[in-house]
Amino acid sequence: MHRRTLLAGAALALAAAAQPAGAQTRTEIQFWYGLGGALGERVQEQVARFNASQDRYTVTATFRGSYVEVMTGAIAAWRAGNPPHIAQVFEVGTATMMAAGPAIKPVWQLAQESGIAIDPAKYLAGVRGYYSDTQGRLVSMPHNSSSALMWVNLDAFEKAGVREIPRTWREVRAAAEKLKAANATPCVMTTTWPTWVMFEQQSSIHDVGLATKANGFGGMDAELNLTHPFFLKHVQFLADLQRDGLFRYGGRDGAAGNLFPSGECAISFGSSAARAQIERDAKFRWASVPLPYHDDVIQTPRNGVIGGASLWALTARNRTPAEYAAVAAFYAFISRPEEDQWWHQVTGYVPLTLAAYEKAKAEGYYERNPGADAAIIQLSRAEPTPNSQGFRLGGFVEIRNIIQEELEKVFQGQQTVPQALETANRRGNAVLRAFERANRS
Amino acid sequence: MRKRVIFSDKGLPYLLLAPQLAITFVFFFWPAGQAIWFSFLRQDAFGIRTTFVGLENFAALLEDPLYLASAWNTAVFSFWVTLVSMAVALGLAVLADRHIRGAGVYKTLLIWPYAIAPAVAAVLWIFIVHPQVGLLGRFLNGIGIAWDYKLDGGQAMLVVIVASAWNQIPYNFLFFLAGLQSIPRSVLEAAAIDGAGPQRRFWTVIFPLLSPTTFFLLVVNIVFAFFGTFGVIDALTKGGPAKATETLIYKAYIDGRVNLDLGSSSAQSVVLMLAVILLTAIQFRYIERKVHY
Repeated sequence: MHRRTLLAGAALALAAAAQPAGAQTRTEIQFWYGLGGALGERVQEQVARFNASQDRYTVTATFRGSYVEVMTGAIAAWRAGNPPHIAQVFEVGTATMMAAGPAIKPVWQLAQESGIAIDPAKYLAGVRGYYSDTQGRLVSMPHNSSSALMWVNLDAFEKAGVREIPRTWREVRAAAEKLKAANATPCVMTTTWPTWVMFEQQSSIHDVGLATKANGFGGMDAELNLTHPFFLKHVQFLADLQRDGLFRYGGRDGAAGNLFPSGECAISFGSSAARAQIERDAKFRWASVPLPYHDDVIQTPRNGVIGGASLWALTARNRTPAEYAAVAAFYAFISRPEEDQWWHQVTGYVPLTLAAYEKAKAEGYYERNPGADAAIIQLSRAEPTPNSQGFRLGGFVEIRNIIQEELEKVFQGQQTVPQALETANRRGNAVLRAFERANRS
Repeated sequence: MRKRVIFSDKGLPYLLLAPQLAITFVFFFWPAGQAIWFSFLRQDAFGIRTTFVGLENFAALLEDPLYLASAWNTAVFSFWVTLVSMAVALGLAVLADRHIRGAGVYKTLLIWPYAIAPAVAAVLWIFIVHPQVGLLGRFLNGIGIAWDYKLDGGQAMLVVIVASAWNQIPYNFLFFLAGLQSIPRSVLEAAAIDGAGPQRRFWTVIFPLLSPTTFFLLVVNIVFAFFGTFGVIDALTKGGPAKATETLIYKAYIDGRVNLDLGSSSAQSVVLMLAVILLTAIQFRYIERKVHY
C-alpha cells in the first residue's frame, strides 16, 4: 500500500514535469514529513485523498527521516534556494522557525493571499495557542498534536492488588510499592520523553513556568526557571523512586517506548499517539489516563501542553502564487472535520478542530474506546495560563538534551538533584543567550 | 634548469588531471574552505542574519568544559580502539598464518565483518549488549551485574570501543597477514636454528619486520577512530549517557546538525582538521624514524 502510493506519487510527479506549463496542468508542491512506520502510511493516505479530491494541485509527500532530520534538511534546502513547500517541524523547533522571518510564510498570510479561508477559531485552544504569534494569528498549521499520558498495565495492577488507578504522584508511589512487592512485572515504572513529560508537561499542569517571559512567548530574553522548588521536588521524587527500585530510566526521547507494550514495565508515561502501537503490541489489559500531579502543590491540575508537529510553508525566490495557493488548499483540506476526525482516530493524535472532536463524541467513539479522550481532557480541562500555554524557547532541542543529560547524571548517582538543576539551568540559559544573539537583527 | 615535459602544449596534461582535481576541489577544498569561513561567523539557523565575529567561536570552544571533556573522550576512545583492534588483529593474523587445515576458511571468515557498515555493526551489537533484549545484557543482569549502558557512562564507552574495534579488526588482520606472509622464511629458519623459541622469534624477528605495516595501520586506525566511528556512536549511544561517549566528531555533528549552531560546529571542524594534520605530521616525523623498511 505504502509503496504503491509512493509509486503513484512519483508517476504523478513525472507526468507533471513532462507536461508543458498551461492552464490544464496541476500545480505540484513538495511536502516533507518525519513520521515513520504506520503513521507515515496514514500521511500518504491523506495526501492521496487530497490529490484525488480536486484537479488543480498535486502534493508529493516524502518521508525525510526523523523530526530533526526533516527540520535541518529543510533549512539546508532553504539556504540552497530549493526548499520543500511544506515542512513538518516538531514543536520544539517552533521558536527557531518563528524567528526565521523571510524564510517562512505564515498561515494567516497564505489564507489572505490565496483567498482560501482558514479560520483560527475552529482549532482547539491548546493547539492554536502553541502555533500563533503574539497578535494571535496562526503562523504554522496544526498537524499532529499529542499530549502526554500515564499508561498502566491493568493485569499487573490486579496481580499486585492495586484497585484504583492513581491520580496523584503520592498514589503512584503507593501503587509502585505494591507492584514491586508483588513482583508483578520485571520493572515497575519508566518514562518516555523524560524532558517533555517530567519537565514541560509537569510544569504546565502545576502552573509553574519552565522559563520567564511566559515560557518565552514574551520575548527572546526569557530565562530558564529550572531551579524553582517545584522542579527540585519533582526530580527528587523521581530520583528517590529510582533509588528504591521503583523507576527505571529507559533512555532519552522515545527510547523507552517498548518497555510498556512489551509488558516489561507496569507504568509508563508518554505520548497519546503511542495508542496505536500499544493497541497492537500489548498482550494485557491497559488503560491511559491523564498525568498524575502533586496534590500538595496544586489541588486542581491545570491543562497539559501539546507535543507533536505542525506544518510550515517555506519561501523560495521562484515560488508562484499558485504554489502558495496549493499549500493553503492542502491546509484547508486537512482541517475539514471528517479528515481531522479520521486522522485523530487512526493515529491517536488529538483532534485539531473542535468540530472533529464533537463529531467523534457524537458518534460514540470515546465510549467504545475508553481513554482515547484522556489527552483531549488534559489539554482542555482549564483555561491556559502564561505558564501552561506552551513553550517558545530558542534552541529548545538542545535545552531538552541538556536536561536529559543532567538527569542521566542524577540517575547514575554522579550528582545531586540541586546540582543537576543548577547546571541544567546555567547551560540552558547559555543556549538561550546564543540564540538571542544569533537572531537579533 | 628543469627538464621540459614531453607534452608539446600544456592543455592535454591539465585536461587529464581535471576530473581528479575537480573531485578534490568539490568534495574537499570547497567544503573545507566553507568550514573555515563559517568558523568566523555567527549565524541563525537559516543564515538570514550573519555577523563576522573573528575568533569568538574558537575562544568559546576553549573555555567550554564540555568541549574539553569531549576531547578527552576522543583521546580515550581512539587509544583503546586502535590498541584493541590492532592487537587482536595481529594475534589472529599470527594464528591464521600457520599451516593449518582450512586456513582459507578462517581467513575469509575473519575478513567478513569489514563488509558490514558501522551503523549495521552497531545494530548487531545492540542485540548482544542491550540490557533488555541483548543476549549478553540479559545474562549479565541475570547474574546480578547491573548492566545498563544507557545509564552507565563507563559501560557505554566500553560498548562503543568494542563495537568500533570489532569493525576495524578485519582491515588490520588483512594487512598484518600480508605483512607476515612477506617475511622471508629463511630469516625465521635462521633464528630457529640459532635456538630462538617461538616467543623470541616473534618479538625479535617478526615484530620488527612488521613495523612498516604496524606504522601504516597506526595512522589509519587513529584517523578511523577520529572520523570513521560516527555511525557506531550514533546508532549505539548517541553520545550519551550524559555525553560520556561524545567524541569531537560527534559533538561537531550535534552542534551543527541538531543544535543548528553552524559557527561553533565549523570552528570544531577546523580544530579537528588541524589536530589530525598535526597528529599525522608528528607520526611521520618522529615515529617513522624507528620503522625498519
